[in-house]
Amino acid sequence: MSQPSLLGIEDLEPGEILRILDAAEHMVEIGHRTVKKVPTLRGRTIVNLFFEASTRTRASFEIAGKRLSADVVNFSPSSSSLKKSESILDTARTLDAMDPDVVVVRHAVAGVPKRVADVLSAPVINAGDGAHEHPTQALLDCFTVRQQKGRIDGLTVTIVGDILHSRVARSNIYAFQKLGAEVRIAAPPPMIPPHVEQMGVKAFTSLREALDGADVVMALRIQNERLAGAYFPSAREYSATYGIDRAKLGYAKDDVIVMHPGPVNRGVELSHDLADHRPSVILDQVRNGVALRMAVLYLYAGRRRVDESPETRDR
Amino acid sequence: MSRILVRGGRVLDPSTDRDEVMDVLLESGRIASLGRDLRVDDAQVVDAAGCWVMPGFIDLHSHLREPGQEYKEDIATGGRAAVAGGFTAVACMANTQPVNDDPATTDFIIDRARQDSPARVYPVAAATKGLEGQVMTEMAALVDAGAVAFSDDGRTIMDSGVMRHVLEYSRLVDAPVITHAEDRTLVAQGVMNEGAVSTRLGLPGNPSIAEDVLVARDLMLAEFTEAHLHVAHVSTRGAVDLIRRARDRGVHVTAEVAPHHLTLTDEAVTGYDTHAKVAPPLRSEADRDACRAGLVDGTLDAIATDHAPHAQHEKELDFVEAPPGMIGFETAAAVTLELVRSGELTPLEWVRRLSTNPARILGRPGGSLGEGRPADVTLLDPERIWVYDPAKGCSKSRNSPWAGKQLTGRIVATLVEGRRVYDVERGPLT
Repeated sequence: MSQPSLLGIEDLEPGEILRILDAAEHMVEIGHRTVKKVPTLRGRTIVNLFFEASTRTRASFEIAGKRLSADVVNFSPSSSSLKKSESILDTARTLDAMDPDVVVVRHAVAGVPKRVADVLSAPVINAGDGAHEHPTQALLDCFTVRQQKGRIDGLTVTIVGDILHSRVARSNIYAFQKLGAEVRIAAPPPMIPPHVEQMGVKAFTSLREALDGADVVMALRIQNERLAGAYFPSAREYSATYGIDRAKLGYAKDDVIVMHPGPVNRGVELSHDLADHRPSVILDQVRNGVALRMAVLYLYAGRRRVDESPETRDR
Repeated sequence: MSRILVRGGRVLDPSTDRDEVMDVLLESGRIASLGRDLRVDDAQVVDAAGCWVMPGFIDLHSHLREPGQEYKEDIATGGRAAVAGGFTAVACMANTQPVNDDPATTDFIIDRARQDSPARVYPVAAATKGLEGQVMTEMAALVDAGAVAFSDDGRTIMDSGVMRHVLEYSRLVDAPVITHAEDRTLVAQGVMNEGAVSTRLGLPGNPSIAEDVLVARDLMLAEFTEAHLHVAHVSTRGAVDLIRRARDRGVHVTAEVAPHHLTLTDEAVTGYDTHAKVAPPLRSEADRDACRAGLVDGTLDAIATDHAPHAQHEKELDFVEAPPGMIGFETAAAVTLELVRSGELTPLEWVRRLSTNPARILGRPGGSLGEGRPADVTLLDPERIWVYDPAKGCSKSRNSPWAGKQLTGRIVATLVEGRRVYDVERGPLT
């Protein structure tokens, strides 16, 4: 890997993405064993530094670390103790003094993993920062598509929903484009980020046009409570215009697959039956997430810079 | 009183359109005379060869943080930073703790400045009590105490009815109303310019239309009330266009632009450096170019720093929580000299925007090297190359996007009322 930390897909070369996906292929098999553990990262310490609440992603990283025999520590500074009193960089410096080997960071604000990485000696894995990136999600999505379709190059991937606030969307736009797919987005106009076409995607407000000939449909979670009324009128109207159901899938290719980063608002982003059954591959995504994160931890752990942390360099 | 002879510098005085090498004699706190090869006995000589000799810069916009937030800055350190940047007078905004919305607070600032600050300090009082945008402050009493203008800087007055009456009432005291023009409902959660860069970085965007809409409203209110509106830190192409057209219609509007909006763009936020977080935010290249053009054609009258000190631990918060603002006194001259080197502004026109025009806007003395005027004088070596290190600067805070950068052009000496208050080799002299 050319960079010490995995902060975003934007920084990765296509070859690096493929290397991670290939490494994940080997990890899948470990999950099928009775004893789901290999000694690869024995003696290494992985810290899950989650400033923002998360159950699924944190569990996935924790299981991945444990299957590689690493010691996994969950560190979740409560937002109240952190508010105003301790800066994120103070937290990072404190953590650095405990000599972790990898730090997995999630924060509700974009850029925090990058700034934490700037002061840490250990590599940082971004587990989601604001509306910026969620690289391991995009990697597991690519892995799942490759598993289902046998390739990514030449496919058409349509991402539907709240692109504006979505780190999953940004990481997937980069990842699928770097691997040769065409990426389209479809959203209510207020949820299309300004100048998003500069990221190389085609933006649609009509779901029908966006789905025309699509190989993959990825629905994003709508934060119903917070956004209804401001960015779209209501869950009912959203569901009618942008919700994916079997009828709307008729616009896409016959062998289209449906993805969702979870958790699904059933009946809003996806119709009830689609959430559980083919062509949806949502549980495959979750399952692959563990293998993919094992691959990431394996490739990035053990790259701790002992002698030249930026902190010491600056002083 | 001692006499000082500033010898052999290039005198740049926009008030008389003078641009020639000559000597300046200062006596009893005033400009006594100008001429070639002045012969004066018993005068202290300042060798200004190779330097520009200018009326002291006047900053229309700064935050000195005293009273209430002395851990960021106080009137003494802010005043020293000002003279180190060539500013002989600075206007300070009202968002102190307590807010400067009461003559007692204005008195305090003026008293403290008289004791502690080498630069003159002109308090800007709040336009509404507590900067809450509801109840007008006692403008007449505040002006009697020494307030020079009124502003709820940082907190736009969103109620158009309140803004109308503030503007109307300001005619009584003949002081400008300074608007920080950002429609808060359009800013929403925005922390950087809304555009391709915010989309890429995933940070909430603050659209340029938030400024345009409020500038348009305030220009219409100024036209309607016939009051003097001053638009603070213009950052958008739309705002420059609106001000230009209003000026053409005869609206009494003046405007300022900050060094960072003239030279940086939202690309500076890449890497999530909170030192690039400022309100209004760093904008697109098109906006920056429009601000430069507006400054050149006179639509924007003045360069004002919006010097806004914040402590290091505050700037180490995440990009949303970190407070907006950057310090600017000590870098303003070097940073904006870029417009002189590029040929956009002549040296004389550059000085006009840092000194003569701000003096006119505030109705204060200064901005001139005419005989009999106050001896507020700034000397600059336009070629001197230096590396800016805020830790070695005079401000208590270090939040500057130019930290560690090599700059060209440095203030070498500053005099206020005929007294030397700053020297580049020795630092602040008070």
